[in-house]
Amino acid sequence: MNGAHDLGGMQGFGPVTQEPNEARFHDDWERRVLAVTLAMGATGTWNLDMTRAARESLPPQRYLSCTYYRIWLEGLLKLLVKTGLATPEETDSGRMLAPAAPGVRTLMADQVAAALAKGSPTLRKATVPAQFEVGDAVRTRQMNPPTHTRLPRYCRGRHGTIVAVHGAHVFPDTHATGQGEQPRWLYTVRFDATELWGADTTASAVCVDCWEPYLEAP
Amino acid sequence: MSHDHHHEHEVEGHDHDHPGSELSDMDLRVRTLESLLVEKGYVDPKALDVLIETYETRVGPHNGARVVAKSWADSAYRKWLLEDATAAIASLGFAGRQGEHMVALENTPQTHHMVVCTLCSCYPWPVLGLPPVWYKSAPYRSRAVIDPRGVLKEFGFELPAGTEFRVWDSTAEIRYLVVPLRPAGTDGWSEERLARLVTRDSMIGTGLARSPAELPEEVA
Repeated sequence: MNGAHDLGGMQGFGPVTQEPNEARFHDDWERRVLAVTLAMGATGTWNLDMTRAARESLPPQRYLSCTYYRIWLEGLLKLLVKTGLATPEETDSGRMLAPAAPGVRTLMADQVAAALAKGSPTLRKATVPAQFEVGDAVRTRQMNPPTHTRLPRYCRGRHGTIVAVHGAHVFPDTHATGQGEQPRWLYTVRFDATELWGADTTASAVCVDCWEPYLEAP
Repeated sequence: MSHDHHHEHEVEGHDHDHPGSELSDMDLRVRTLESLLVEKGYVDPKALDVLIETYETRVGPHNGARVVAKSWADSAYRKWLLEDATAAIASLGFAGRQGEHMVALENTPQTHHMVVCTLCSCYPWPVLGLPPVWYKSAPYRSRAVIDPRGVLKEFGFELPAGTEFRVWDSTAEIRYLVVPLRPAGTDGWSEERLARLVTRDSMIGTGLARSPAELPEEVA
């Protein structure tokens, strides 16, 4: 989706500003949003790609005006309603008006450490050989799917070189839409910065992780 | 380096911009949601406390600093880290969520690496903790891929004109850790002492490691 989250190369946001005392959270609600988001993610009702899709489908003007944890909260609310775990009336009022959805795997306190240590590796066994190898010239596809993808707009339809092959990984474009993991070969593609930006750049090269369906022979 | 110009922007883009009801509104909204999820049995409130405690106190850039210091001090470890960062980092006890697949990028006098996630906020949690606000902000996400030299300057650093700037956009589940250049004058230092030179920003590529002269006196 060509949403407001796809920020690479946009101009006009001003300088990168650091905060003098950089607290991890600005307010208590931010740490609560982080924790609730992680806890609900651990129930397995949805996956990380669905979470990202929920956040980036916020209308652009809303996405850009929200702080980061606010975006997380909006994404979480959307997923709760979409998956039937709660109704909008419930999330607004905080009162339980419908029975809990069955089969939700609650993350208990004594399971947190193990769950975080395990994480969610995305490497899968490859079922087909890789189409490309290190050193191959490739071109990214020109594509504009209305659903989740991890190929940023600034590097679509561009020439690059494969610099790493990472094995077959869960494919976000299908994983986000409920069509399953459909693992695809994952590569790191190096683009000369001038291929992406012309002369208007101070970068030498930009490296982007690209799944095989994002690529074609040049 | 000067941070003076940062002060006027320090609250930019935060709910602090809207004094008054916004903060309490958000507190209330999140508490409301939390109590609903607890009542429904989806969330164990004690698990929330453990999650917060983990990322607020246990996981942070001190982990990554240990990895970098070891790679500076131990050439066999450095080789392992560059070949299989996931295993080399896990050997120090750092693994798991948002660090499942690690790649280490070693800065050299010729090449400087900088890491960004233009699409969201992908960041190697086990070694660096939660990302700082600026890493998730529109200015950084938009500019790092097109003007990394300008970004580095805003952090107070400049590199020689001929330095190759290579930017890594974390679009998949591969997480990148920059190994900064080892500062001069640190021969024979222990890993513990070297780790004090390694800043968080130097492991993102928006900074350089401290020189020995920059170490606070009490720990030098």
